[in-house]
Formats: sequence, structure tokens, C-alpha cells
Amino acid sequence: MYLTKEEEKIYNGEEGETLQKAIEILVALGDIYGAEKFIPIKSAQISGVSYKTIGDAGLEWISDLKGTVKVPSILNPAGMDTENRKSLPIDDHFAEKQIEILNVFKNLGIRTQCTCTPYLLKDFDVKYKDNLAWGESSAISFANSVLGARTNREGGPSAISAALIGKTPNYGLHLEENRIPTILVETDFEMNLSDFAALGVVAGKEVGNEIPLFRMKDEKQNQICPKRDELKALGAAMAATGSVALYHIENITPEVLDKDFSFEIPKNKITIEKEQIDEIYEIVNLPSGKADNVDRRAFENVDLVTVGCPHCSEEELRRISELLDGKSVKKSFWIFTSRDVANRNPQIVESIEKSGAKVVCDTCMVVSPAANLYSKIMVNSGKAYAYVPGMCSAKSVFADLENCVKEALRE
Amino acid sequence: MKMSGNKNTNSKRIKGRTISRGCAEGEVLLIETPISFLGGVNSATGEITDKESKHDGVSVAGKILVFPSGKGSTVGSYVMYQLKKNKKAPAAIINTECETIVAVGAIISEIPLLDKTKEDPFDILENGDRVIVNATEGWFEIKK
Repeated sequence: MYLTKEEEKIYNGEEGETLQKAIEILVALGDIYGAEKFIPIKSAQISGVSYKTIGDAGLEWISDLKGTVKVPSILNPAGMDTENRKSLPIDDHFAEKQIEILNVFKNLGIRTQCTCTPYLLKDFDVKYKDNLAWGESSAISFANSVLGARTNREGGPSAISAALIGKTPNYGLHLEENRIPTILVETDFEMNLSDFAALGVVAGKEVGNEIPLFRMKDEKQNQICPKRDELKALGAAMAATGSVALYHIENITPEVLDKDFSFEIPKNKITIEKEQIDEIYEIVNLPSGKADNVDRRAFENVDLVTVGCPHCSEEELRRISELLDGKSVKKSFWIFTSRDVANRNPQIVESIEKSGAKVVCDTCMVVSPAANLYSKIMVNSGKAYAYVPGMCSAKSVFADLENCVKEALRE
Repeated sequence: MKMSGNKNTNSKRIKGRTISRGCAEGEVLLIETPISFLGGVNSATGEITDKESKHDGVSVAGKILVFPSGKGSTVGSYVMYQLKKNKKAPAAIINTECETIVAVGAIISEIPLLDKTKEDPFDILENGDRVIVNATEGWFEIKK
């Protein structure tokens, strides 16, 4: 990999140990993946924030870092609500360690806003073709696919390194030739929000690490135009069950609409049937995930209902508040969002919490230790559905938002 | 399998690509399949935890650990750091072809790591061989 004189100085330790280690990590990755040079990045999103995921080892490593990040940098969800620590059951030891981690990041100049949806923040702009170093898999998928920005899947240390240096090696998804779709995925049925999550679960398993080009039509062959929240749900699930960091949708996503982006329709093709989507619901013995046609025995022993993986948008919060209006929940019901979105919508948050449900910021069911206290967790997220069993030692049950709310309201 | 030639000639340096700088000497432990440090190695004891593997229960501590590549979760990098803090890390690593998780883990943990060596380490090394790895200069040699 070619290094400029300035980069070489850093590599030789003339700018201190932290930057030397940082550039060493980036050069090694560049060499492994055949990068020729560094390119500047616009922003970084650092994963590995919850004490539940990085533990003392991670805390020790980040504590040894010195310096200040060179680009706007933000964090992935932590293990608890950072301003309202008592909102979920978190023990004092965990809380202390979590605060220590956040202070370390703060001292490096990183914004201690913890969210998997940085693209929903008002002041964290991402533009088409921006080069980024992001770490949370659903955010990576959204940035690459929906916004047409460019980022590889960064681990914690490589995203921190890129933030400290302000650059990343130019390889992988930063190069246009690596962004070309490699498999065509056809669907021909209408979908609601949770169907997109279920489609992601199925598609991720089928395509693995390919770059899918979706051809989404309804039964009458009309183009389906997914909303942003639906794209968010699709990408999150595909990144969890496969390792899809970029997908395209014919006639929809920005890159395939760009005349300068030249690609051919992949010859390699799969079709995903409606029945395969229904099977994701049927794993819990549901005849269908639809709200009015449900065998509720499948939800027996659900002791926690959670939504907000990835973090809820304003529209999702509004929908939840409508569904809960004037009612009270009978089960623990947690709704995860970013502090920024919550702060901009105090009335919606208040209205949701009137029901007894909790709106929790900065964290989620996967990275918070609080979820480990439950045995069967109901989710409307393909990603949470995939990760809850391993990360929370609990069963996960998949349903759409309407059924999640109904379950939370049920005695 | 060991090529007879290497054992009888004077020790020779086999070049490789530097992933993580540093030097170490130790005994070779050959693992024939990709390793996931998260879940695959106990960070407190350094022991391999893979019921399917013939190496289950074998410790990687202080070894010149030779394996094809890494796999699994990116948290594996921090597990390598934890091994180092617990003094149970391998002395050095030789990979057939290194990937991100192990590369980052080796660098943050200051474990010397070489890959893409001129000769396949699985051809010329045997368990228990004493090997010097100089990943700063990019070579290893079998000590006689």
C-alpha cells in the first residue's frame, strides 16, 4: 500500500503510539484487501460500545488510546439509557463500567450519542458517494444501499482507527467495481413493514455475501416502492442472517438510478415466494402474521415485547402511540429509539409512556443486559429475531408491529 | 507433512507478509481449520474450546500458532487482546491468508503475525518444532 510522507511518519511512530497503532491496523487491512492508498472519510460510526459486548478487554484497549478523532464520529448503542439509567434493570457494576466506556469515547472527541440509525439524526449528514467508516451492520447497509454512500463493515478497532486518522484504505465497497449487483432476487407480492424484515431474514440466508439486486413487484407486476422504514428493516435483517452490506432495488435505490453506474442484470437469479415469508412467522406456529388471523397460543409465555431494532424513526413512534392510545400494557413493553428522535418528539414519547410502555434511548434489546432477565422475547425485527437467542439467552418470537402491541396489551 | 530437505539444510529464512510487527520464538501448534476466537478459544485459559476438533482443550498460550485464517464475530479481536492481558496469547501467528478479525486482534494485542509465506507452513512445519518468527522483517525460520 502506498503511503504519503505524512502517513509514513505516523506509521513510524512520530505522531505517537495511538496513531501508530491506528495506522498499522488500517495498513494491514489495506494490504489484506489490496488497497493502493488511503482515502479521506466523512464520518465514522463506532461499534463495540456496550459493556455487554466488549467487556473489560475492550474497555482496557480503548482506555489506552490518546488523541482526538479527525472526523465527526458517533457511537453504536450502549448497554443502557445514558440519561435515564434506572429505566431498565441494570446493576450498578454494569452501569459504572458503561459510563467509563462512554467517558473514554468522549475524551477521544467522539459524540456519545449511541444509535444504530445515525442517518436519522438531524445533524449527521450523509451524502451520495461519501466515503465512511461505519461499524453497525444495519447502518452500514442503509448507508450503502439507501443513501448510496460507501463503507465497508468496520469492526470496533478499525472504525476507531479510521476516525483517529481521518482516512480509510481504499478497498472493498469504496470501489465502484465492487458495488455491482451479483444476484437478482425477484419477489411478486405486496409487503407490509414486518414482511420486509421477514424478507430480509430469508434473503440474507439465501444470498450470503452476494450483492443482491431486488426486483420487487406486486401480484399485478406493479413496482413496489418501499418506505424508508421498510428499507431499514430489510437491510438490518439481511445483514444479520447473511453478511449483506449493500443491496440494490431496481427503480428505487440511488445507485441503480445513476446513469454513470454501469452494471448488467445478474444472470444468477433467485425468486422468493410469499410462503417463505410466511414461514418466518410460522416458525412460531402462526398461520399468518397478520393481526386478525393469529393463533395466540404461539405467544404463550412471552414475557417481554420489544420494538426498535434498528432504532425507531419518528413515524414508527407515532404509529406505536396510535396503537397504544388510551390503553395500558400488561407486559413489559420496551421501545428503543435514538435520543435525538425522542427529544424531537416529546409528545409522542409521553403518549406512549402513558400506557406503561417504556421508551428507552441509546440502547436496544440485543446489547442491553436487561433483556437477559427474560425468557421469551417478542420482536418485529429480523435482526433482533436472529440475535436475541445468542445474545440474551432467550427465545425470540417474530410478529408484526400490530401483534407486538396486542401481545403487550394482553393479560 | 514435512519436506525432508528443510530439516537437513542450515536453517533458512522463509519470507512472508507482515500483518503485525514483532518477534517471537516458540513451539509450533498446527490447527488445520479456520479459528473463531470468540467462542473457539477460552480467553482465561488459552484453551481451544471446540468439541468437534482434535485440538479441544489444547492451549495456544506461548505457541507459534499456525492456522489457515480467522472466522466469526469481530469481537474475536478483543478476545485476542484479552488472551494477551491474561498472558495466554500465542507468541506469534502464521496464517495461510489472514483476514480482518485476526489481523486487528494481532495488532492491538502486539502478537507478531505473518501470512502468505513463500512456503506453505503446513508443508514444512510439524507440531512441536521450535520456530523463530520475525514479523517486523517478514520471515520465520525453524530453529535447529
